[in-house]
Amino acid sequence: MTLSDTSFLIVYVAVLVAIARPLGLFMMAVYEGRRTLLHPVIRPLEAGIYRVAGIDERREQGWRAYLFALLGFNLAGFLLLYFILRVQGSLPLNPENLPGMKPSLAFNAAVSFTTNTNWQSDGGETTASYFSQMVGFTFQNFVSAAVGMAVLVALIRGLSRHSANTVGNFWVDLTRGTLYILLPMSFIFALFLVSQGVIQNFDSYRSVTTVEGAEQVLAMGPAASQVAIKQLGTNGGGFFNANSAVPFENPTAWTNLLEMLAILIIPAGLVYMYGKMVGSTRHGWIVFGVMTTWLVIMAVVANVAEQSGNSNLADAGVTQDAGDGQPGGNMEGKEVRFGIGQSTLWANATTLASNGSVNSMHDSYTPLGGLVPMVNMLTSEVIFGGVGSGMYGMVIYIILAVFIAGLMVGRTPEYLGKKIEAREMKAVMLGVLAFSLVLLTWTAVGAVNSFGTDTTNNLGPHGFSEIFYAFTSGAANNGSAFAGLGVNGTFYNVGIGVCMLVGRFLFIVPVMVIAGSMAAKKRVAPGPGTFPTDGLVFGGLLFGVIVIVGLLTFFPAISLGPVVEHFMLRDGLLS
Amino acid sequence: MAYCPERKVVTQMAVVAVEKRKKANVWTREILSRAIRDSLLKLDPRTLYRNPIMLIVEFGAALTSVLYLRDLVSGEPFDTLRFEAQIAIWLWFTVIFANFAEAIAEGRGKAQAATLRKTRTQTTAQRVKADGTLETVPSSALRKGDIVVVGLNELIPGDGDVVEGIAYVNEAAITGESAPVLKEPGTDIRSSVTGGTTVVSDELRIRITANPGETFLDRMIGLVEGASRQKTPNEIALNILLAGLTFIFLMVTVTLQPFANYAGNLISVVVLVALLVCLIPTTIGGLLSAIGIAGMDRLVQRNVLAMSGRAVEAAGDIDTLLLDKTGTITFGNRLAAEFIALDEQGNGRLIEAAVRSSLLDTTPEGRSILDLAKSQGFGSLVATLDVSEGDFVPFAAETRMSGIRRDGRATMKGAADAVVAATGRPAPAAYTAAVQRISSEGGTPLGVIDDGEILGLVYLKDTVKPGMAARFEELRRMGIRTIMVTGDNPLTAATIAREAGVDDFIAQARPEDKIARIREEQAQGRLVAMTGDGTNDAPALAQADVGVAMNSGTQAAKEAGNMVDLDSDPTKLIEIVGIGKQLLMTRGALTTFSIANDVAKYFAILPAAFVVSYPVLDTLNIMRLESPESAILSAIIFNALVIIALVPLALRGVAYKPIGAGPLLARNALIYGLGGIAVPFIGIKLIDMFVNLAHLA
Repeated sequence: MTLSDTSFLIVYVAVLVAIARPLGLFMMAVYEGRRTLLHPVIRPLEAGIYRVAGIDERREQGWRAYLFALLGFNLAGFLLLYFILRVQGSLPLNPENLPGMKPSLAFNAAVSFTTNTNWQSDGGETTASYFSQMVGFTFQNFVSAAVGMAVLVALIRGLSRHSANTVGNFWVDLTRGTLYILLPMSFIFALFLVSQGVIQNFDSYRSVTTVEGAEQVLAMGPAASQVAIKQLGTNGGGFFNANSAVPFENPTAWTNLLEMLAILIIPAGLVYMYGKMVGSTRHGWIVFGVMTTWLVIMAVVANVAEQSGNSNLADAGVTQDAGDGQPGGNMEGKEVRFGIGQSTLWANATTLASNGSVNSMHDSYTPLGGLVPMVNMLTSEVIFGGVGSGMYGMVIYIILAVFIAGLMVGRTPEYLGKKIEAREMKAVMLGVLAFSLVLLTWTAVGAVNSFGTDTTNNLGPHGFSEIFYAFTSGAANNGSAFAGLGVNGTFYNVGIGVCMLVGRFLFIVPVMVIAGSMAAKKRVAPGPGTFPTDGLVFGGLLFGVIVIVGLLTFFPAISLGPVVEHFMLRDGLLS
Repeated sequence: MAYCPERKVVTQMAVVAVEKRKKANVWTREILSRAIRDSLLKLDPRTLYRNPIMLIVEFGAALTSVLYLRDLVSGEPFDTLRFEAQIAIWLWFTVIFANFAEAIAEGRGKAQAATLRKTRTQTTAQRVKADGTLETVPSSALRKGDIVVVGLNELIPGDGDVVEGIAYVNEAAITGESAPVLKEPGTDIRSSVTGGTTVVSDELRIRITANPGETFLDRMIGLVEGASRQKTPNEIALNILLAGLTFIFLMVTVTLQPFANYAGNLISVVVLVALLVCLIPTTIGGLLSAIGIAGMDRLVQRNVLAMSGRAVEAAGDIDTLLLDKTGTITFGNRLAAEFIALDEQGNGRLIEAAVRSSLLDTTPEGRSILDLAKSQGFGSLVATLDVSEGDFVPFAAETRMSGIRRDGRATMKGAADAVVAATGRPAPAAYTAAVQRISSEGGTPLGVIDDGEILGLVYLKDTVKPGMAARFEELRRMGIRTIMVTGDNPLTAATIAREAGVDDFIAQARPEDKIARIREEQAQGRLVAMTGDGTNDAPALAQADVGVAMNSGTQAAKEAGNMVDLDSDPTKLIEIVGIGKQLLMTRGALTTFSIANDVAKYFAILPAAFVVSYPVLDTLNIMRLESPESAILSAIIFNALVIIALVPLALRGVAYKPIGAGPLLARNALIYGLGGIAVPFIGIKLIDMFVNLAHLA
């Protein structure tokens, strides 16, 4: 790694660590219904919403009621969005006169935005009207993130309460998360983005003549407001197809740094909040440490892989050494403005956090460089992960680690004073199983059928990677694209749609089951014989379980994709 | 506090030094040959279905065998046939090894049950008819409430209470303890008898309290045989994890074929089966039930019968121990701890007088005075002092003194105020001060007078058994708090508690205090264990998470508890907790080991499976295994052998060290986690070298 890349990484991680605590404390206050700075402005609005919707904010729900409210809300949101996308042609704010989407695409897009995935089979600016973007997508950008946080908060309540039968009120958690956290942060962030030159208008697309004299159509639109929430809410659906590689979305070095930070700050803050709210800040920091370690390792691996470049290019006589005015390494698919360091770090942040926005094209990475985002997603997005979903997904792994290793201290496994029994294990295994089942099955179907392989850009292992990456991105609710794969066919639209649904809801359901059953349990008093979840050994075990249980499942798939491609490239077998 | 010698039989209890039982050898020929036979019988899918992982392996073995036969008929090349045959054989061995682990664990229990069963079948009984005459019936015809007469050298036909007669009973059949026990009616504890034991003196009339099939002996046979073994809650949860992992790896293997297809490669079904078997957690799947049975067996070997596996598991989770003071923590008798003379010169006279008054005294207090004198250098005095001409004055309620009287000179010891009264003079100030000090410390002051003169005091106290403090310290490191229960006043209780190093105590305890305390601890989320023997202990035994009833106790107590200690040793509870922890640790260690093993197996099999389409993947063959066939074969052989290699560990259990959860976790994570990753790399490499040396592939 170059010196500047190294220092950039250090600054990035340091800022992340510094933000986690204050932001976590703020979010904790919000969900506990305590007074915050924003109270005078937002409280009347919040109370108004409850009044209009007829919600009694003091009345809590059991886990079933909470879950049904959540599922009902998401189903309604999905149907509404599907409807908007189908008929957008006859709706207002459509200066380009874009037609309604075909059913499979509308299904895919509607699922994508309700599940906080923001996978885009379509290119944002070429298929979705301003109305679809602002009313349809943006609304889901906010609420899908708020839903993720609500699930986490319900889980936290389940873990920290005992002998209780309620886990909170879904409508209240949803409203608070949106009003106090996502809206204000996005508002401030959008103002910053506009100040840096991100566009925010309702103009029709502009034609300009480039310096080379060619005609180019420049897409316009209300980008800044979208970009702010797409980053903060780990949505990632770009306003423009090329996402944050487009200068209109990401014009300056400052926007690049802050957009990259915005991806991870809420997940990072939630990790702190989790530790604090379940009563062990140390445990929170250990989990945070595991995540940060992963981030740093992966950032370094991707950076080194890209910096060492492509041996085929070297054979063609291209200099790939870093030098004066020359970043060196593999620059294909990367913005010259960002170089390797900021591109690979973004690639990491975005795939860890279920964000999926990109500022470089992952398909163009070297095999090992491209392996990194894939591996990140295959953890099912628990390293920081999506807003809320990352931490609650991590709890699945924590319970797994506690269960496997916890027996080794000579007690039946317990987590935060609650015994882990058959019911919790069923839920945990359901989550782990659903993710790998849906992902492996669809990839297998895609790999042996022409409707799967016809649209790959490449043959051989790289083509396999493209297929595998697409379904992984869907199942992990990431939404980043490896690109190089035409996905707007029925097979991919439906397949990835199913992956997204399973990846989202077959995690939420088990997590809510765990929240409910943990809430009802008695708490076991901790003692010197209790399995310690706030030490380095636990951190190591958690890391090991994520690697072994999470990744071993995909070892064959990875080997047949990027790994074999890497060896072939090394041996000069690719041309 | 009056001097009141308790006439209690001193229980001969080995306290800390655990009775070194003769270690029954697991690997006797008889048990071994039976286990080998059983492991073949257990191949029956109808038996194996209870272990889904092994059922899948058996399925794979059968499939591979069929494919081998097909290829044999179709005349495939020798190399292919040799490979397939060996894979099939080793897959069968994998199942057989797992069955063997279970069979060997069951073996000892089965042998024990056979002996017990012999006792049961041979019994007949003399039943008392309504008119008072006797009739001979088989013991299986006895019902609750029947009265039977059991004479000298006859077997007691069923569990019951003695209603008439006093006799010695040999309980060796149940407890292994050959010294006979006195049984008499109406004494709560000593009136209960167990079927299968033998009357060795006199005759007893017994009211039967259990129907056939429900007796203690029946339950015991069921338990040691493992017939009534049910999966414990933690085992069920663990099985869900293992089933989940198995399903995931099944999916991985199934989808591997299309992935390979994409790469223009076809993987043979035999290789896929081999990969599947290597990946699913066969090690823990094969050893899980053996671990459970062995845990029960370790208890049985220490003469503890757990009524359910759940109780053994709960024992590992215990946070609080409720221990009776008397007989468990202390010897239960007040013993001499110190001589306190009124002035420095008088020490020798005091000791001599105390010894003189005690030489003929057979109470534990009297014995302990002699012992204390010996330990303070007065051994020769004790040996030579002649009191044969004196008259021994035994303790009486009116005088509250005992001692020796000769020629009108009385050397007495007794209650502090009684001896003062006997002198007829007021007590010296030093004497009163010493009495007060001893009382305030919870001890009993014993005044000593010789010829009407007060010489001083003997400090009697309830003595903590040696090694108890260290034991409690050990428990604390395990994370277990000990609460002492005693009928003493708070002052005395506090002194003993401090001395023994228990964490808390309940003084002046009534039976209902015990149960209240258990509830209170449980409300705070702690699991509580206790021992008990009396009928009034029964509710508390039932309330506790682990209730260990003494075999000498009443039927009610034995039914309320979930374990019975045949030796009736309350300190056994500490060992029970250790065994519970060991059971859970072994399970966890082998699960971790089993899952960690997968890493190396991937590195062995994947490059081998894709050697045709992606020869570059040979880079992943970091063990440098010779050929694809030998790599796969070695992985399968390792997978089978590791089960058999771990059988001793599964039976013996992972060593438990009370070092606290943190260091324990670090230690085990290192051994079984990192070790689990490293061992197969080495093992598979070695097997591969051997396989090639022997030209097996």
